[in-house]
Amino acid sequence: MIKDITIGQYFPGNSVIHRLDSRVKILLDILYLVVIFTAQSYTGLLLAVLFIVFCYILSEIKLVMILKSIKPILPLMIFTGILNLFFIKGETPLFQWWVITVYPEGIRMATFMLIRVIALIVGMSLLTYTTSPIMLTDAIERLLSPLKKLHFPVHELSMMMTIALRFIPTLVEETDKIMSAQKARGAELDSGGLIKKAKALIPVLIPLFVSAFKRANELATAMECRCYRGGEGRTRLKQLKTALRDYVALAIMILLLAAVIVINFVPILP
Amino acid sequence: MNIIEVEGLSFDYVTRDEEGNEIERNSVLKGIDLTVPEGQFLAVLGHNGCGKSTLAKHFNAILTPTEGRVLVDGIDTADEERLFDVRQTVGMVFQNPDNQLVATIVEEDVAFAPENLGVPPAEIRERVDYALKQVDMYEFREHAPHQLSGGQKQRVAIAGVIAMQPRCIVMDEPTAMLDPKGRREVMKTIKHLNKDKGITVVLITHYMDEAAQADRVVVMDKGRIIMDDVPRKVFSREEELEAVGLDVPQVTELANKLRKGGVDISAELIFEQECAEAIAALPKKGELRLPQRVELDERVKDVDGIIETKGLTYKYSVGTPFEKTAVDHVSLSIKKGEFVGIIGHTGSGKSTLIQHLNGLIKPTSGEVFADGINIWDKKVNIRDIRFKVGIVFQYSEHQLFEETVAKDIAYGPKNMGLSDEETEARVKSAAESMGITHLLDRSPFELSGGQQRRVALAGVLAMDPQVLILDEPAAGLDPKGRDKILGQIKHYHEQSGKTILLVSHSMEDIVKYATKVLVMNKAKLFCYDDTDSVFQRTDELAKIGLDVPQITRMSHILKEMGTDIGNDIYTTDRAAERLLALIKGQNK
Repeated sequence: MIKDITIGQYFPGNSVIHRLDSRVKILLDILYLVVIFTAQSYTGLLLAVLFIVFCYILSEIKLVMILKSIKPILPLMIFTGILNLFFIKGETPLFQWWVITVYPEGIRMATFMLIRVIALIVGMSLLTYTTSPIMLTDAIERLLSPLKKLHFPVHELSMMMTIALRFIPTLVEETDKIMSAQKARGAELDSGGLIKKAKALIPVLIPLFVSAFKRANELATAMECRCYRGGEGRTRLKQLKTALRDYVALAIMILLLAAVIVINFVPILP
Repeated sequence: MNIIEVEGLSFDYVTRDEEGNEIERNSVLKGIDLTVPEGQFLAVLGHNGCGKSTLAKHFNAILTPTEGRVLVDGIDTADEERLFDVRQTVGMVFQNPDNQLVATIVEEDVAFAPENLGVPPAEIRERVDYALKQVDMYEFREHAPHQLSGGQKQRVAIAGVIAMQPRCIVMDEPTAMLDPKGRREVMKTIKHLNKDKGITVVLITHYMDEAAQADRVVVMDKGRIIMDDVPRKVFSREEELEAVGLDVPQVTELANKLRKGGVDISAELIFEQECAEAIAALPKKGELRLPQRVELDERVKDVDGIIETKGLTYKYSVGTPFEKTAVDHVSLSIKKGEFVGIIGHTGSGKSTLIQHLNGLIKPTSGEVFADGINIWDKKVNIRDIRFKVGIVFQYSEHQLFEETVAKDIAYGPKNMGLSDEETEARVKSAAESMGITHLLDRSPFELSGGQQRRVALAGVLAMDPQVLILDEPAAGLDPKGRDKILGQIKHYHEQSGKTILLVSHSMEDIVKYATKVLVMNKAKLFCYDDTDSVFQRTDELAKIGLDVPQITRMSHILKEMGTDIGNDIYTTDRAAERLLALIKGQNK
């Protein structure tokens, strides 16, 4: 059912990875990105891949989930793979057929890019798999809090993200209902050309917007009733606290980065 | 000690143009005086637009008076310096549970108010756990709101208010959008908070049975308070209440009928238990011969139905561990021109069933026939079926989208490919059926909720379907609006002779309008028969968890006390007739 869609694909758990401070987790993810793009050799990349698989094992998230996170970007991966394969030129072609010439460098580049993209997506997914949306928005708010001095609306931004996450399932369900109602009045929502389809969506979109505005209005009143007055002087139920494990995790990640940089200079494998 | 004091409160809604000049002034509240003592359970009754919601919004300074003043725990609500003291003292719960929850996790949501108030984290934890336990939602603390039922969401909203530690909670129709089970849960929570925790409750409602449970009832009409007394005194004034578009509990109605028949019984009965006791205590001169129970005949074998299903089965998430059968081998045949009531509690499969009848859902197995045509036959265009079998969904006003009412009603006929003249004629006749001809040039978005509902209904009527299916057409309307819309549907049925299927939680509504009743229970067809035959089994219906009318519950209690007036009591007329025969010996 459409109602069962989980947003951000969070899998509650109690592993070390789950318990890491969400701010630290975001930092770790950024560092991991740097590692992946720094790695210039298979050895370096292999190290990063081994590391992320190790993290998945620690997090008790099923390894099948790795495949699931790759699935949506599969077409993109194939596309870039083919581009690399056919357009990277080397010295001696591996084989030639019609207008296609494949060089060993092309194969090397294609595989390398493929592993890099997979490692990237899998790493990013681990963050959303193990961190609840509210912890994520919270962490973003804290990490961006220095920007408050520049009058950047950090709290408002995170409040907006929370409300959006809260209302996405509600609005998805509502869209479903409105579509049924209009179909019952003879709407053809899934046939015809692009323009016809877009036109057919008007009877769905207008009621959806009207209802979203009404909801926003009521929500604002309800928030006022519960004494909401912006981020000033606000406390939080769940405090973000860094523990020893956070520093250990950061240290491991920095070591990994260092290792990858060293490997770049001392290539053991091509 | 009074928690709320209202002195000479008047309030005008003022509409201004862009330059700030007043263009319209609408006086909503006119000189209200009201005091609410601490610890009271006060119910406020009144039809839609009588000003009761506007009054409620004054209790925690969402609105401030145009004239007069409102004191909350001695603080003037117009004093902006003390705004948050007022809002902490008086919490508010609104009608739509979805539009009050802010966070994606239940406990985070309950924590919202204390977080805003800057309460230290350790104390927030305590308050959240306490609040969730009070509304019996503690075990759901890590759920996401969209995974909960309406009643559960509303209880979370109440917990969110309790976490502010208010001394009074004002609830604006908290049960209007809930099913009977959700309503019971919320009412239980309200009574617990009031009786066990001493929190003052102001409950705004349309439901008389809810008001009957209060310590005091205030009735409003046209911005004024017209009655203010204990529930039994207020409800004994049946005629005055009817004049302002309200009704009374069924047992009160029965007592009045018996009194008119010359029986010496109190007019101040509001609960089924006390009514049964009062009746049991009366001396009985006559004797009652109960009609024989008619053997039930399921009538599934008929083949000339306009709507038929054969072994209709629908399963969700087939092949996963979440597989669930929503409709299980339902075979039925509905004859042309019938008015069928469909009842069953939430999750019984009734909504899924009706969506099969015009092909919005494709069955997992089994067949659906509309006017003799197998609707999933390859040669059939499913859109043609949808024009033949019209569905009006719950809260159908949410489907309106056009600039004018007339254009919106024309959407269906246009999709059918009708000519402009034909479309116009259809729009006109549909608008007449629903009594909205005077609104055709208005924007649907500036109408009242009840009017919007009738526009949406007209939009389906304009397709002139052979079968009209209505899912809870009266949900959320006040008693007057409910009677109006159902009355118009009945009138349409009589005029057009079309087949009507009416889904409702309210058996009172079903018995008033339907000639046949279909009961769904746990995805299966429980029974389908004449209204009388089905309601001879009121005891069985009560057993499968359906919300039987109050008068029926009263007759069951009476039976346990030794006075059997039959198993088919579902209207006050029939109960009065039987009881008069029994008490007075007035056998017909």
